[in-house]
Amino acid sequence: MTPPKGHFILHEKEFEAFQAVLQKLLADSYAKVVFLIDKNGSMLSAAGATSDFDTTSLASLAAGNIAATGGLASLIGEKEFSILFHEGERDNMHISVIDNRLILVVIFDKRSSVGLVRLRVRRADEELSKILHAVDERKSGEEGGGVIEELTEADIETLFK
Amino acid sequence: MSFVNYSSREINCKIVYYGPGLCGKTTNLQYIHKRMDPDSRGKMISLATETERTLFFDFLPLSMGEVRGFKTRFHLYTVPGQVFYDASRRLILRGVDGVVFCADSQLTRMDANMESLENLRINLREQGYDPERIPLVMQYNKRDVNGVASVSELHALLNYRNVPEFESSALTGTGVFETLKSIIKLVLIDLKKGGK
Repeated sequence: MTPPKGHFILHEKEFEAFQAVLQKLLADSYAKVVFLIDKNGSMLSAAGATSDFDTTSLASLAAGNIAATGGLASLIGEKEFSILFHEGERDNMHISVIDNRLILVVIFDKRSSVGLVRLRVRRADEELSKILHAVDERKSGEEGGGVIEELTEADIETLFK
Repeated sequence: MSFVNYSSREINCKIVYYGPGLCGKTTNLQYIHKRMDPDSRGKMISLATETERTLFFDFLPLSMGEVRGFKTRFHLYTVPGQVFYDASRRLILRGVDGVVFCADSQLTRMDANMESLENLRINLREQGYDPERIPLVMQYNKRDVNGVASVSELHALLNYRNVPEFESSALTGTGVFETLKSIIKLVLIDLKKGGK
């Protein structure tokens, strides 16, 4: 189990790298929209027709979905179900776990197919994992920014004024 | 585990409302949803049974404004309180940054409160957290009904860490925002410490 200590920090450079992978995946898989979220349900990056969807709710439910199927997996002695596919009348949803930490969601309609999406997701998976490892390497060096460390109680108080 | 996005300049944190069945966790979120400015909160999602008992979780995203140029977002979750949904409760605790323990003040629910609190400690440990250190706030709910325990009794029974505690009536909203404000502060202070 990954220890819950600390926080996940995403910098501009990695954000843009994630964004580039998602844009490519969107185009190559003929998807409507693709999202990258963390396992706790926070949105990291998205591409495509995002304004058509309630992205915050979607991220939270996709994370809940992965958590629940992960629970089911362990009950039958599996490590996890790394891919979920939901077929709708009009739109379909392909959800996959990246490097045991992030969740990639692809929403597509009949212009694409589950086979094509699966193929393209596999390639995106490798690229996203590489970026994640780069984040880890940087993390062990400097934490970056320092904004969090410099927060004062007075700063926090301003939220409630 | 909180998530800081330097690109979109956002801090995201997860707060979980824990407590025995029917103590008012969902009602807390419903009140917050009702009273917050619609620009500052997202849609509330409830995965509930047909009888409106929480089946998996309730979810309410809040935007609390900016600190040092960073937007702060808090994702509020409730767990299903009923004893047999323990597997779901464990999942929801993953990645949590702070916990509100919502206790039912009614004398008849003291055993349920204690059982739920013990369950919280076990599940936190299972997820790799230290139950003695995680940001925690106690809420003694249903202060407006008859047959409730005194605050000092509740404190003695439940507040094992002497954390901030609030009397509330989630239905009318008494104490709901005080509780929320307190846990948000604790989470941000802990985030600051965790960054070191």
